[in-house]
Amino acid sequence: VCTSRFWFNYRHVANTLSVYRSVKRLGIPDSHIVLMLADDMACNPRNPKPATVFSHKNMELNVYGDDVEVDYRSYEVTVENFLRVLTGRIPPSTPRSKRLLSDDRSNILIYMTGHGGNGFLKFQDSEEITNVELADAFEQMWQKRRYNELLFIIDTCQGASMYERFYSPNIMALASSQVGEDSLSHQPDLGIGVHLMDRYTFYVLEFLEEIHPASQTNMNDLFQVCPKSLCVSTPGHRTDLFQRDPQNVLITDFFGSVRKVEITTETISLDPDLADFERKHPKDELATEPLKYAEQLPVAHIIHQKPKQKDWHPPGGFILGLWALIIMVFFKTYGIKHMKHIF
Amino acid sequence: ASAQFQLAVPVAVVFAPESVPGDLPRPLPFRDVQEMEIPVNLRTTVTTRYETIYRSTTAQEEAALGAATAREADAALHPLQDTSLGSLTMYVVPETSSLLPQGISVYVGKHRSALVRAGGGLAALRARLQQLTQVMSFTVSSITAALSDRVPDGQLGPDARRHLKSSLGYEITFSLLNPDPKSHAVDWDIEDAVNRYVQPVLDKLSLVANFSVDSQILYYAVLGVTPRFDKESSSFLLSAHSLPHVINPVEARLGSSAASLYPVLNFLLYVPERSHSPLYIQDKDGAPVSTNAFHSPRWGGIMVYNVEAPASPQASLPLHVEVDMVRVMEVFLAQLRLLFGLSREELPPEFLLESPGNEGLADWELDRLLWAHTVENIATVSTTLTSLAQLLDKIGNIVIKDDVASEVYRAVASAQSAVAELAVGHLHSAFQASKEAVTSSERAFFDPSLLHLLYFPDDQKFAIYIPLFLPMAVPILLSLAKIVRETRQRKKEPTKVD
Repeated sequence: VCTSRFWFNYRHVANTLSVYRSVKRLGIPDSHIVLMLADDMACNPRNPKPATVFSHKNMELNVYGDDVEVDYRSYEVTVENFLRVLTGRIPPSTPRSKRLLSDDRSNILIYMTGHGGNGFLKFQDSEEITNVELADAFEQMWQKRRYNELLFIIDTCQGASMYERFYSPNIMALASSQVGEDSLSHQPDLGIGVHLMDRYTFYVLEFLEEIHPASQTNMNDLFQVCPKSLCVSTPGHRTDLFQRDPQNVLITDFFGSVRKVEITTETISLDPDLADFERKHPKDELATEPLKYAEQLPVAHIIHQKPKQKDWHPPGGFILGLWALIIMVFFKTYGIKHMKHIF
Repeated sequence: ASAQFQLAVPVAVVFAPESVPGDLPRPLPFRDVQEMEIPVNLRTTVTTRYETIYRSTTAQEEAALGAATAREADAALHPLQDTSLGSLTMYVVPETSSLLPQGISVYVGKHRSALVRAGGGLAALRARLQQLTQVMSFTVSSITAALSDRVPDGQLGPDARRHLKSSLGYEITFSLLNPDPKSHAVDWDIEDAVNRYVQPVLDKLSLVANFSVDSQILYYAVLGVTPRFDKESSSFLLSAHSLPHVINPVEARLGSSAASLYPVLNFLLYVPERSHSPLYIQDKDGAPVSTNAFHSPRWGGIMVYNVEAPASPQASLPLHVEVDMVRVMEVFLAQLRLLFGLSREELPPEFLLESPGNEGLADWELDRLLWAHTVENIATVSTTLTSLAQLLDKIGNIVIKDDVASEVYRAVASAQSAVAELAVGHLHSAFQASKEAVTSSERAFFDPSLLHLLYFPDDQKFAIYIPLFLPMAVPILLSLAKIVRETRQRKKEPTKVD
């Protein structure tokens, strides 16, 4: 999830797209990735190299490419949509690619980047998500067993405050900076004119470049990424809710996708002659009528549908009480004879 | 949430003449009930009741048992027994009977009955009965696996989360992968194969869920792993530890994001390239696998179909390949059974199981699925509704719409009826009720209107309301103070008259 928009937040989009690329390289297909981006970088009029988003100066790596699948773009990246994806309370018309169809054997990786503060994360410069809401959303997921294990990585200022309130089991969290510290960006590119990446994500990506689908590197190595000398801020992590020892958790458990397989040793025996005898299935000749556009709701009807009449409710008790108090005090203080001046 | 399940299984033990053990406590017919408790966790217990009727055979059953082989006897006995879902009938035949082959003491038929060889008295018979009910209805581990949400992780066995979760429907996709269309022009008559072989199995399973079937052909789809060439067998080998990495590169191309919201089961048939033929899968010990197939729990299965090299090297490419759908479907349907958890491998040696033939699964295997799914559904409903109640307690200002409320009521009523039916032994109605309960509870829990974006930290509340109300409140409070003072003064000087 990239929670920022506007040109000067280029680095957040580059962060998110780089992590997206790594995760795809290690085997997770697009059908299993929900990518939320404001997506206003590549085609921004201020972008000197249109249709590209670079993550390294000297324009070495274009992370936008031509097979990026953004599921929630632009104004769809809101706190409400994010929480809907997590908890599953999605309107029925949402397509499959915008849903999180996980079950109790799924390991989920959540990477968020943007601008944050102590206990909140700013979404698109207009709203915020608090750490309490996030913790509640994870608890809702746990109640419905929508995850087996969850890895939460956040790269914002004061990122550690976002994982302070988690209370559901099997969650491991990493943040780029502690409460009170700012996460800094890595390097500007003079050609493009903005900072291209954040430091923490840059070093995490360097670390991930060495991981391949069969590698055995574990989480303790990920915790060592980006020490204070390189990152200026102090990365933090939280593993008390996690049941397994981080030493035994492979990076590919979250960043890649290694399936459990079993060799099929049983077969059943089918009798083709028997099948032929039993299954004289006549083909269903359903005369399907071709759908005609004219039979749908006429356009005039759609456009001019009146809005539903909202029922009028009398004002509530609080407002009535307040006004009664004001009026009573006014007349008591100034005397009833002033009424004729008002009415 | 706490839950008490009572699973009642109606069992009938029918004694053929000369097979009645000598140490029966009462003369036939009599009833017996055996109860067993399975503690799942602190708040969930499952009690199983085996309500057994012991009786002797009727004349028709005796005639049926006079058949030549066990299979014929089973077919003849089928119309005479209790065929309601969940029930079991065990026919005890004399020790010397020729119905059961040598060395076999128990024969389990295609329907809901079994033939058991007598001998050893009542205690031995009860032990056999116990084994039989474990095979034909449910075991402690299958019930615990169905309740895996509630069992602490340490106690779960390795196959706790292997089998498909109970769902209202499943989507089955058959895909043919042809990475080398220049060399092989592969034809598979999938529609015919689905109608002939897959449809009977799905019809049998239609009680459990709705199934929909699609198929597709993918060209230039390669496996992510390069197979090794083995000089001794002059074939290419895929080792067991490279199999987990095969699925992901293919999955991106399978198009499962266009499918429905039901869980998707993918069955892939891979025809290796000319340059990598023949391709065999090795198991952990290095031996080639006879089915040349592997499966991944909750995902599906992959089978490698080798095409023979052309007789003459000058044969024109592409070779036309007609896939032998019988062989392929035997493997795919076996994988389908394994994905659902119906395995026939872990059985005591003296058991003989009748093959279910083209139907794919025996009636008692269907019962096993239904027991597990019913228990799982009821447990899910209980957890869902409890967590919904907790959410609504915690966040007081969520508005509950009428239809959400009615779904909740419906879910509770259906769940209660499912539990009641389970306690009596009506598996069919219990399963239907549990399905309705799950549908209603999921609809209530995942209703889009229940989103809670309503957390305001206290300091935000102060920061908003104080600048609004404090300036307005100052004159009001001062005036109130003035009124109070005046009233008090008037009370103090009642007698002062001017």
